[in-house]
Amino acid sequence: MSSTISTVESAGPTGDELVQQEHSRAGRIFRSGLLGLILANRKATIGASILLIFILVGAFAPAIAPYDPDEFVARPHQAPSLDHWFGTTGSGEDVFSQTVWGTRISLGTGLIVGVAVTVIGALVGMTAGYFRGRIDDVLSLVTNVFLIIPSLPLLVVLAAFLPAGFWTIVLVLTVTSWAYGARVLRSQTLSLREKDYVSSAVVSGESSFRIIFAEILPNMLSIVVAGMFGAVTYAIGAQAGLEFLGLGNPSSTSWGTNLYWAQNNAGLLTGAWWTFVPAGLCIAFVAFSMSMINYAIDEVTNPRLRSQRDTNTLLRTSNRKLGKSRATPVLRPTSGD
Amino acid sequence: MNFILRRLGFYALAAWVSITLNFFLPRMMPGDPGDAVMARMQGRVQPETIDAMRKAYGLSDDPLWQQYFDYLGNLMRGEFGIAISAFPTPVTDIIRTSFFWTLLLGLTATIVAFLIGNLLGIIGAWRRGGLVDSVMPPLLIFVGSFPYFWLALLALFFMGFEWGWFPLRHAYSSNISPSWSLEFVGSVAYHLVLPAASLVVVAIGGWVLGMRNTMISTLSEDYVMMAEAKGLPQRRVMFNYAARNALLPNLTAFGMQLGFILGGALLTEVVFSYPGLGYQLLGAVRNLDYPLMQGIFLIITFSVLGANLVMDLLYVRLDPRVRGA
Amino acid sequence: MAIATETSNSQGTPAGAAPLIRIEDLKVQYLSPRGPVRAVDGVTFDIRPGEVMGLAGESGCGKSTVAQAILRILQPPAVITNGRVLFDGNDILDMSDDQLNEFRWRDVSMVFQSAMNSLNPVMTIGDQITDAIQAHQRMPGRKALERAEELLRIVGIEAARIDSYPHQLSGGMRQRAVIAIALALNPPLMIMDEPTTALDVVVQKEIMSTISRLKQELGFSILFITHDLSLLVEISDRIAIMYAGQIVELANARELFEQPLHPYTNGLMSSFPPLTGDRVKLSGIPGSPPDLVHPPAGCRFAARCPRRFEPCGSEPLFAEAKPGHRVACHLYPESRTPQAQEAIREH
Repeated sequence: MSSTISTVESAGPTGDELVQQEHSRAGRIFRSGLLGLILANRKATIGASILLIFILVGAFAPAIAPYDPDEFVARPHQAPSLDHWFGTTGSGEDVFSQTVWGTRISLGTGLIVGVAVTVIGALVGMTAGYFRGRIDDVLSLVTNVFLIIPSLPLLVVLAAFLPAGFWTIVLVLTVTSWAYGARVLRSQTLSLREKDYVSSAVVSGESSFRIIFAEILPNMLSIVVAGMFGAVTYAIGAQAGLEFLGLGNPSSTSWGTNLYWAQNNAGLLTGAWWTFVPAGLCIAFVAFSMSMINYAIDEVTNPRLRSQRDTNTLLRTSNRKLGKSRATPVLRPTSGD
Repeated sequence: MNFILRRLGFYALAAWVSITLNFFLPRMMPGDPGDAVMARMQGRVQPETIDAMRKAYGLSDDPLWQQYFDYLGNLMRGEFGIAISAFPTPVTDIIRTSFFWTLLLGLTATIVAFLIGNLLGIIGAWRRGGLVDSVMPPLLIFVGSFPYFWLALLALFFMGFEWGWFPLRHAYSSNISPSWSLEFVGSVAYHLVLPAASLVVVAIGGWVLGMRNTMISTLSEDYVMMAEAKGLPQRRVMFNYAARNALLPNLTAFGMQLGFILGGALLTEVVFSYPGLGYQLLGAVRNLDYPLMQGIFLIITFSVLGANLVMDLLYVRLDPRVRGA
Repeated sequence: MAIATETSNSQGTPAGAAPLIRIEDLKVQYLSPRGPVRAVDGVTFDIRPGEVMGLAGESGCGKSTVAQAILRILQPPAVITNGRVLFDGNDILDMSDDQLNEFRWRDVSMVFQSAMNSLNPVMTIGDQITDAIQAHQRMPGRKALERAEELLRIVGIEAARIDSYPHQLSGGMRQRAVIAIALALNPPLMIMDEPTTALDVVVQKEIMSTISRLKQELGFSILFITHDLSLLVEISDRIAIMYAGQIVELANARELFEQPLHPYTNGLMSSFPPLTGDRVKLSGIPGSPPDLVHPPAGCRFAARCPRRFEPCGSEPLFAEAKPGHRVACHLYPESRTPQAQEAIREH
């Protein structure tokens, strides 16, 4: 009986329906591509610009760096000057050139690990979430075990046993960090699995492979991409940490080994701050750029955050102050406008 | 209770996995690290000692499965072997004191970051459009982007080395002997400030943003609206209705974060020469002291599991829905 | 909609009965990137002491928004852009936070749509009753608990349930608990926003009879909001029908059921199943409500109206077509503006 009138189709403006509208709008923005998001959202624009600069620096390192990173070019521990913008290391190398060259390995490792982690996480997570039942039980258990074993000590132990090198670090970082993405994507797949378009695809006999990659994956692309940026950030930081501990390949040039040598050559105790500041700042800027993109993705895809942000913007642009009160604002035409 | 039993089962499994990992890792690696160590020790100690050490590590010619069960048996009895770098001190002796320092640093940093971060997140979501809500997120993301060990380096350089505000290394002043005196406790606190602060600064952002987002969803729940309709004081609506519920998912995150800090404080400990497990672990790695290394890895893992179990128990206390199930 | 204040500002209220609460030309907008959504657009009605006022309409017509605006618990993006809400001569829309907190629950309490969602899952029922009491009255904890037990008994829950958490109660009990909370301060007006929607039919009947009984015993007024007109048959004294943010018809309950004037009300009635006999397939009203960011210029129901004619492009007045029976429809001369009369003459 209570359903009599609700059978009438309705599309009114209750708060929840607004949220729904916002959500579909967010979906459209995201489907129009990452590029659209980057151009539309100021935070994403800033983030993407910074990231692009670093990618270019890494790609054109030989052209940008004035010296060979391992070359003895001047008196050790010289402060920054016009000749050596970032000063020199304890071994008399040019810090600027080392920083530029370091971009290659650090960013490269980060990107490779980020992609690997995302692919493994997505495969495990989507398989578990899609097939459910026994398969999910087993995969979830494995994922959770990997999640709970503390990764940095495991990294250290693994790195200690394995021969030092670029691919060792990539392998070790991938093994220790795929689980988080898997868990997030599993729960997302579980909820998408319940959606009508997926159920109807299952009923119509489409192959699981096609459903997972053509129906489910495109609808959680934002989470996959956000997860990848997170993984890249984590990988760059963890790699730098391992190398700082001397567990990487100290003869290569990366931001982490730069920090290792700065510490080893007593850069700290001799007051040579310029030996360790640039590498840290670079790591921070790369991480910041990706966090900004992720923050923007979150703002666009999380309807509540988005509506909160829009509301704040609208209120600001209409010169309406909310004040501290949480009671519904009263903006009568006579007093407000 | 069911919930706790299930979690216990899971932790037992995780513990078994890490023990097994610990056992097979050195045995699967190219070359025999055990032999490498023995080779290094050759000539420095008596041959009988080497034999004793080989036995202590379980490096025998027994079949692998037998070695494995011997290893499990030893662990059950709390025998983690002998440290090579400090032969013949048992690994457990070295771990005991380091464990205390890591726990002190990890707990302090996690709890402080959790409290400040969540409080800021609660306030940010509550005062929409306010300063905390608008300026804070990008700022925190920026600060949170710095590698925490690098911030530690920077803090050590400026506040320790250049300006001399804080001590440069260790957990307490070397001219005070450990006791429960005010002087010693003060020294410990003084030495704790920089390492803990460098961890807190980086961790806080995640809490603020996470809590803010959960609060924003919680604030649109009917029960928060009803609490406001009841005319309750703002403080009560904010904490007892909104934050109390928004906090629940964060408890699980607290367990994970504690795990991360117990393991991740490693780098911080190295920077400040703070004598915790991480500092010891790195020393063990540098000295190729495999038994110590493995022992420390296991202890860190076990404490992370323990921390998560404590959080589960707390969760059950705070969420009546789980309690009933 | 134009407000025909000059026609009658008493809405057919018998002389002498001062209204308990009066809502005047209330407008609420949801700010959105597309422009403000005019969710409530000029709503005027009053409620008398002891009266049950029904407020009915399709979901999304703005009826819940009206309720939440009265207590000012709507959150941005919702803003109130016009009107007055008068209680005891005070305008709630002018109140400070402190005044509001005093007014809320003591003068007007509210039963929300879903009891599952409106109870705090981590607090006991008892605590959720006592904190309402103690926010408004100085009362020692023991006495507040006694009062809470008494309230539970009044709504038909064993007092022993006072320490239960919401998830430990059945759906019907939860809704009773919510009603107990709403009764805590004995307020003169209680807003009930679809109090039985989430429940099955049997429980729904029980809750409705509990509400009737309590109203008899305690004499409070009710603003009863529902999309289900059949619920209003027995309980309400007067009924207001809302469509697309506006009230289109307001009359005594009996009169509204027997002689609905507005074509929209008629549509609601015909999609109303017979109380006895077989269920017939419901046709409903074809079409859907207008976009409230850009509402149509004239009558908002025109596009779906089977009796649409020339003047419907202009806005009808909400006027008294019969004594005590107001309607906003050009079918009735009282609703016609000069412009509308012009349009009719032309044809």
